[in-house]
Amino acid sequence: MIYDVIIIGGGVIGCCIARTLSKYDLKVALIEKEADIASGTTKANSGVVHAGYAAPREYSKRDLCIRGNKLYTQAAEELNFPFQRIGSFVVALEENQIKELEEERKLGIQDGIPGLELILDKQKIKYMEPNITDNVVGVLHAPSAGIVSPYEMTFALAENAAMNGVKFFRNHKVSKIKHQNYIFTITTKSGEFKTRNVINAAGLFARKISRMVGLDYFEILPRKGEYILFDRNAMHLNKILFPIPTKVSKGILVCPTLHGNTFVGPNAQNINDKKDISTTEAGLKEILEGGRLLVPNLPLRASIRNFAGLRAIPDSYDFIIDNTDIYGFINVAGILSPGLSSCFAIAEKVIGFLELLGVELKIKEDYNPIRPKPDRFKDFSKEELDRKIMENASWGRIICRCETIPEAEILNAIHAPVGATTVDGIKFRCRPGMGRCQGGFCRPRVIEILSRELNISYEEVTKRGEDTNFLVGKTKEFVLDELRVGEEE
Amino acid sequence: MKKYNADVVVIGAGAAGMASAIEVKRGGLSVLIIERDKELGGITLQCIHNGFGLKEFEEELTGPEYAQRFINEVKDLKIPYLLDTMVFEITKDKKIYAVNKQDGLIEIEAKSIILAMGCRERTRGAINIPGFRPAGIYTAGQAQRFVNIEGYLPGRTFVILGSGDIGMIMARRLTWEGCKVKAVVEIQPYVSGLLRNQVQCLEDYDIPLITSYTVTKIHGKDRVQGVTISKVDRNFDRIIGSDKFIECDTLLLSVGLIPENELTIQAGAKLSKNNGPVVDNNLETTLEGVFACGNVLQVHDLVDLVSAEAKRAGKNAIEYIKVRYKKKIKDQGIIECHSGENVNYIKPDIINKRDLTKDIIFTFRVAYPDRRVNIQFRDENDKIIYTRKKIYVIPSEMNELTINLSNININPETKRIKVEVVPRPEVLIEED
Repeated sequence: MIYDVIIIGGGVIGCCIARTLSKYDLKVALIEKEADIASGTTKANSGVVHAGYAAPREYSKRDLCIRGNKLYTQAAEELNFPFQRIGSFVVALEENQIKELEEERKLGIQDGIPGLELILDKQKIKYMEPNITDNVVGVLHAPSAGIVSPYEMTFALAENAAMNGVKFFRNHKVSKIKHQNYIFTITTKSGEFKTRNVINAAGLFARKISRMVGLDYFEILPRKGEYILFDRNAMHLNKILFPIPTKVSKGILVCPTLHGNTFVGPNAQNINDKKDISTTEAGLKEILEGGRLLVPNLPLRASIRNFAGLRAIPDSYDFIIDNTDIYGFINVAGILSPGLSSCFAIAEKVIGFLELLGVELKIKEDYNPIRPKPDRFKDFSKEELDRKIMENASWGRIICRCETIPEAEILNAIHAPVGATTVDGIKFRCRPGMGRCQGGFCRPRVIEILSRELNISYEEVTKRGEDTNFLVGKTKEFVLDELRVGEEE
Repeated sequence: MKKYNADVVVIGAGAAGMASAIEVKRGGLSVLIIERDKELGGITLQCIHNGFGLKEFEEELTGPEYAQRFINEVKDLKIPYLLDTMVFEITKDKKIYAVNKQDGLIEIEAKSIILAMGCRERTRGAINIPGFRPAGIYTAGQAQRFVNIEGYLPGRTFVILGSGDIGMIMARRLTWEGCKVKAVVEIQPYVSGLLRNQVQCLEDYDIPLITSYTVTKIHGKDRVQGVTISKVDRNFDRIIGSDKFIECDTLLLSVGLIPENELTIQAGAKLSKNNGPVVDNNLETTLEGVFACGNVLQVHDLVDLVSAEAKRAGKNAIEYIKVRYKKKIKDQGIIECHSGENVNYIKPDIINKRDLTKDIIFTFRVAYPDRRVNIQFRDENDKIIYTRKKIYVIPSEMNELTINLSNININPETKRIKVEVVPRPEVLIEED
């Protein structure tokens, strides 16, 4: 079979393009090297949907961000992923920074960013965000900025794409791409695919994929950002707080999450290893110091996790979205910040390229843009809960007690389109293990459920795919093996 | 929706919950136990080592044996219980909402509630360790469950961070399974668990205990490949140049336990600084008729002490229903108990002045080890009202004192006392 389009890479960009394409009467597949989608940059980033004032006008990412931000409203409604326009503050700590903010405001208004305002009344600022530092002298308020859970959004995009016929192949690392007579043959470690068009959305590894068809015109460098996450209830922020940006980065922000946590980060370290998501002592110190400039009373004792993510930084500092010289090969690479904010606009642009390539874009008759909201224990009234358990008893078995997650939510996560196959997959889809105990209680139970539902042994259950198994064998077996070795000698 | 009611509802069927329920039933009142796991017993079921019951039964039992004695009694007394049932809400008028698979939503009306939800393991030690987040990092209790209940090994070569009791017990358990425990690493200059576990679980098996060290980096992208440990100074800051690499495929964390009080907070009870609820000398929380006992109140050294405290809670719940329930009792005021020098926390947090003629059991932990000390109670005028000598104090041992305040010289107007543990002035002759 020959696909019309194959997307390489199951991050938010790949899944967003997949979902946008699923509207049309086309044969589409997405292939991902990891055990799950949303495993790379998508999994560990700030989750901020930017208003769009930050990027300079000469970059394409400015327009795409402004457009992308607007597209979020409809997408969140259709796909039922958590998204809130809570607004952001860029915080000036010195009088001379105000001019800079005013300049950004003016340009932003001209470019159609809604509601941008400069607030200099300290009392008003404090009222809007009581946790902000007393040293604030003014803020640029962008009410259209929002927060989103990037991985939950990506799962929603993938589910809806799969509902509408897109095929997903995880654990399929691409090793070779051949193109002949306008047909690409993609070799992966688990099978071969043929397609007329390829969309390279491989994130940090986009250059590697591009070079497979002989296109080598950009460089992608990993830039690490570390984060610290604080417990729910430890602090309640109303706004996303940014420092005055520097030339290279938006700086270390302090931001609420949709689940009521607060996080601080990221810093920006250029590194060489595209798999190095380790956190460092110096880095964690740096982000705390940075965060304290904006929120002096960060609840340090309530930190529950630190983690790092890698941004894919192109040498041009702008998105590389190209209909390339290889007919049918589209690069969507170097999607650095504000990539998440821009993804729906990026997908529109890619559809435009496909149209230019002669792909027939006929809307499917049975296209359904709605991805139903996942049922959550916490959203039910007592009456609804009672009815749910009577219909399906697994709603009555609580697996994760920190976040109150019943077995039913975990079963839904496993059996959803593009469902969870790993413990992390479940954690990121429905949150068991995200809470205070960080999986201390629920992990053995989640392993039990995965083993049963996927019909695999306990030892085969992994954290996030190959070589991340939890259990190494049964008790006694190891002792017996050792004894047997002894006998042979 | 299924409805139940009982004089007393006990939440949790571990060592604390069962002991308090038995006490209530024996006192002639009706009681219902709610347990979230699929059997009675709580965490003792996975503690298959011995050392339980020396105080309670004057016999040495394993955890499951200890639990079984209580399970038998619960069954003999025909105490009703709900298993696999999770309480998620307690209302102001003591309605309890829970769910399970058979009954769906459950509403239970109670005159009194005993909170006995136990504790959970701290993960704090883990989160400040920089490095990767590979598979192969477990809390000691989680590993214990895998090995003792599920029958699986979480790894082959181990480093254990923290010398808590479960960590040391797991070091021995894993050694028996043919695994190699490379080291137990403790950030404090002393062991944080019981001495008997240090001797019987580490020294007897030549497992190195490395104090004043901590794990400063986790290696391995997919699975743990090793850890870097470093010496720390008094402020627990890493001493540069003291790093050592230890190869292992698994890191266990045994960095302490923390009372599990999500439900207590939801119900609206106040917590004190040990993360357990604020209680008076009757183990009653700031919510009238709601009592707390066992590890949900304070982490105990021995399960026997948990059972003893739980019996007190049971007795006090009976007293509440018989004497105070829906009756107006004259308020005679309270004395607040605060922790002073080298006292991490003190229970009770509050003493009712109406109970001043009763024996009051004080329990507390010190912040750091000390020898030849005085335990002192001071009133708000800093006057010492009570002193007791002790040869040594260590954080791993909970201290218990029974005092009848009417026997000591306490001003009836006192509103606040402070407990401190201070070095005794040098004396020439040892008095202890």
